[in-house]
Amino acid sequence: MLDQTAATMPAYHVDSADPQRLRKAIEDVRLGTSRWRLALTLAWLDIRNRYRGSVLGPFWLTLSTGVMLAGLGLLYARLFDLPLREYLPHLAVSLVIWNAISQMVNDATTSLTSSEAIIRQLPLPYTVHALRCAMRNGIIAAHNLPLILLVFLLCGHLPGPEALLAIPGFILIAINAVAAALFLGMLCARFRDIAPIVGSIMQLAFFLTPILWKPKLLGGWEVWMPLNPFYALLETVRGPLVEGGGPPLAWLAAILYTLATVAMAAAFFVRFRSRVAFWV
Amino acid sequence: MAVIEARGLSLDFPYYHIGARSLKKRLMGRSRLHKDPSNRIVVTALRDLNFRIGTGERVALVGPNGAGKTTLLRTFAGVYEPVAGSLTVTGQIGALIDVAAGMDLDSTGRENVRLRGLYRGLTDAECDLLAEEVAEFAALGDFFDVPIRTFSAGMSVRLAFAMATALQPQVLLMDEWFLAGDAAFMARAEERLARLVGGADIMVVATHDYDVVRRWCNRAIRLEGGTVVADGPVEAVLADLEATG
Repeated sequence: MLDQTAATMPAYHVDSADPQRLRKAIEDVRLGTSRWRLALTLAWLDIRNRYRGSVLGPFWLTLSTGVMLAGLGLLYARLFDLPLREYLPHLAVSLVIWNAISQMVNDATTSLTSSEAIIRQLPLPYTVHALRCAMRNGIIAAHNLPLILLVFLLCGHLPGPEALLAIPGFILIAINAVAAALFLGMLCARFRDIAPIVGSIMQLAFFLTPILWKPKLLGGWEVWMPLNPFYALLETVRGPLVEGGGPPLAWLAAILYTLATVAMAAAFFVRFRSRVAFWV
Repeated sequence: MAVIEARGLSLDFPYYHIGARSLKKRLMGRSRLHKDPSNRIVVTALRDLNFRIGTGERVALVGPNGAGKTTLLRTFAGVYEPVAGSLTVTGQIGALIDVAAGMDLDSTGRENVRLRGLYRGLTDAECDLLAEEVAEFAALGDFFDVPIRTFSAGMSVRLAFAMATALQPQVLLMDEWFLAGDAAFMARAEERLARLVGGADIMVVATHDYDVVRRWCNRAIRLEGGTVVADGPVEAVLADLEATG
């Protein structure tokens, strides 16, 4: 038998008269982040189990995105009357990043309810579940990245050093993914009707966001694009990779939206963290 | 010094995902269901509990189904936060409430032990040590490196038991006495369980089995309807319980 005696005896204290919600929420995030190894192990397990027995595994997603890219690319380049070499890099980056965002958001709705058994058995920081969800989707999305490279090579599109700006773009998306997993995970645990609503919104957002089409096709309406948070986030990666750096307004909007998401998630988490065990 | 101290501890369990309106019609008016200030239907799971459990105490939680025994254990473990009163638990907590939770059917026995170690916050080296310890006790042979989906019921129990009892906590919380498996295993399990209980500063077990209570415990708390109706030495509480049926 192994002794799990810590040097100092841990104490667990709750007093409903003095809930110390903020301190506990910060502690949750701190502890949860320090246990990223557990989150990563669980994320890999989820992927392995989801594609158990499949020959291609997560590369099925790469294949299906590739087929979609070829089909939509040929059709819409014709519809918009754009040269394929110019349209395809735009579509490739847009579609791959959109798939990642959309899957992260949809998966975020079950980030806590899917761990119900664990939540009711041992008091793990809830941040671990959110990290697990974000990491799982990040790994799956990474399987699509070779497609972007392939399209760039085929179209002879070589981005300059400004392509490195895509890295902060990816970081912004990752921050949003963790915040969304925490926020939507809690919200959807409490209100089970939110998940289908989120699904519908994401479907609508696919058409309202410049993924298939280019913002310049909007003409005078283009100035309103930063109002769409998905556009702003998409542009932080697509801009550097395809258009030689995104518009500064899109970057500003993306940073503001990220701050808003994090603030919303934090406020909700601080207030309702102690209720999650009753919700799942 | 491990200690569990509850002062005016109360916990309401909300009913969220069952038709609240029809439920209200059918159940309102009965004693334990009521509306809380934000108009939710809640059941009073624990009401105004006061006690102190000190080092060396082996406590049995007894009482009928739905008395709040498991809820109290989960509250001790830190899963549920009380709505009123305060709770202090000092000491490393080990909760054996649902030992199968967090097991992954498609992972091997070894991978599951590693996973459990990570859940408990162990380092890689400690996880390896844990795996060796569990492998030795569970005696699964080559099956330890096979996905546990293929295990027989007895093998699963052996692995779950070995994993659950491999870490020595200071505060041991147990729901029922999870013993099954073949006779040879039972004898070894008892010895291991005795060691685990002996090594813990405090044990709290929720059970219906009075033989278990008499054998392992030196204090009994009788819960009914979420309140403590008796608290004291095992024999006194049990005699009263058996007399009232």
